[in-house]
Amino acid sequence: MKEYGIFDILGPIMVGPSSSHTAGANRIGNMSRIIMGRPFKKVKFYLHGSFAKTSVGHGTDKALLAGVMGLRPDDERLPSSFELAKKAGIQFEFIEKDLGYQHPNTAKVEFHLEDNTIFYVIGSSVGGGNILITNINGTEVEFSGNNPTILIRNKDTKGVIAHISTVLSIAEVNIATMSVVRKDNIATMVIEIDSYIDENLIEKINTSEDIVYIAGINPIEG
Amino acid sequence: MFDNTCEFIDYCIKNNKSVGLVSLEKEMSKNNLSKEVIFDNLKSVLKVMKESSHEGLDKDMSSMGGLIGTEAKLLEEYRKTQKSLSGDFILSAAAKALSTSQVNACMGRIVAAPTAGAAGIMPAMIFSIREKYDLTEEQILYGMLASGSIGKIIATKASISGAEGGCQAECGSAAAMAAGALVDMLGGSPDQVFHAASFALINIMGLICDPVAGLVEYPCNIRNASGVYNAYLSADMALAGIKSPIPFDQVVESMNQVGNLMHTSLKETALGGLATTEAGIKIKKDLGIK
Repeated sequence: MKEYGIFDILGPIMVGPSSSHTAGANRIGNMSRIIMGRPFKKVKFYLHGSFAKTSVGHGTDKALLAGVMGLRPDDERLPSSFELAKKAGIQFEFIEKDLGYQHPNTAKVEFHLEDNTIFYVIGSSVGGGNILITNINGTEVEFSGNNPTILIRNKDTKGVIAHISTVLSIAEVNIATMSVVRKDNIATMVIEIDSYIDENLIEKINTSEDIVYIAGINPIEG
Repeated sequence: MFDNTCEFIDYCIKNNKSVGLVSLEKEMSKNNLSKEVIFDNLKSVLKVMKESSHEGLDKDMSSMGGLIGTEAKLLEEYRKTQKSLSGDFILSAAAKALSTSQVNACMGRIVAAPTAGAAGIMPAMIFSIREKYDLTEEQILYGMLASGSIGKIIATKASISGAEGGCQAECGSAAAMAAGALVDMLGGSPDQVFHAASFALINIMGLICDPVAGLVEYPCNIRNASGVYNAYLSADMALAGIKSPIPFDQVVESMNQVGNLMHTSLKETALGGLATTEAGIKIKKDLGIK
């Protein structure tokens, strides 16, 4: 059973009107941006279920777009994200689509990069502003981002996990959870840790040549 | 720290501490935080609450779905210019509740307390009682801590989500939190704090969540306004010495049971209640919501 704190009850501070359809949507956008981690020229949002049906009335679209631009759930510029994106030269599009996923509040965020490659993230808003990231470029994952999370893709060879856990151990970082998915000779690792992630830690992990992608994701406040 | 509310109350009485103070101690030990950090966070919360509860009092706003936006100003003007039925003080609180609900529906900044849909009640209580009693900020912060403990108990033993428990879980929880905070701030005893919280929950037990067009607009706003009335009446009854024969924990359990029995169509799905009235369906259709 979850142990609530005072600020789970008196909080979060957020832009309305809905913790799931606005704050949660914004977190999906933010998380997708951090996972992707590169500049992009265009973003397409595929809205599923309740996100598709009540997007406009809840500002889900504005919240998602604000998220991919890095605005937090409590940022008062969130309602004007369309104008901000236009100013920044970012193209955006919202498409209703049945994504076939179970959770009704789901969005697929598809980034189009400068070199015309595509990177996508799928996430669901599961209540109270909490989210779950469920898919990255076709690889199924599951993490909430409520804890500091390290995301790694590496060649599926021996010794990579040992390298990572050694680096974490030397840095005195405690691993809370760890999961590995393998697909096409690439392993995707989600490591939740107890302490905030700094760039230095990510650089040290990234010294292995077998790592093809790494991102450190601290919780999105607000 | 406590298995049930009786233990919580006993601990307060034995140690001659208020519910607010014990709530602070619990929060400090839970996350290993100092009083200063917690108070700073509460002050940030209070600042947003102040803004949201005042913004709509003197200006016309327009919500995302266009269902609400001018109600706080209308009530505030009525209160100031006419001899109202329910009195100046309580109406000033209701207007503030409407204001926060409007700010929320217009994509302004609010504090979910405990949720966005019920965000109007706590700030309306805080800034109306503050005007009336000239309370210090510290007294207010302890009241907020007491309200947090009440909300935590409801969230743990039942739910604070409209999708799980209907409006009783959102506006009911907020009113219970506000009622308990009022009693704590005004120096009532720890058991009176929980009698007040019980009354507030009991007063709207069974209230459904039936948002028109599925939007957090109407009737959410007017239920926030009546929620702060509920808090004041419940606090007054407790301070007068009226007791709830059913202990708070059992009231919460009963509210949870009622929430579970409530049909899904009446729990935030907009498939029943006001949402499926002829007018409700038309509004939804006109907004182009499927």
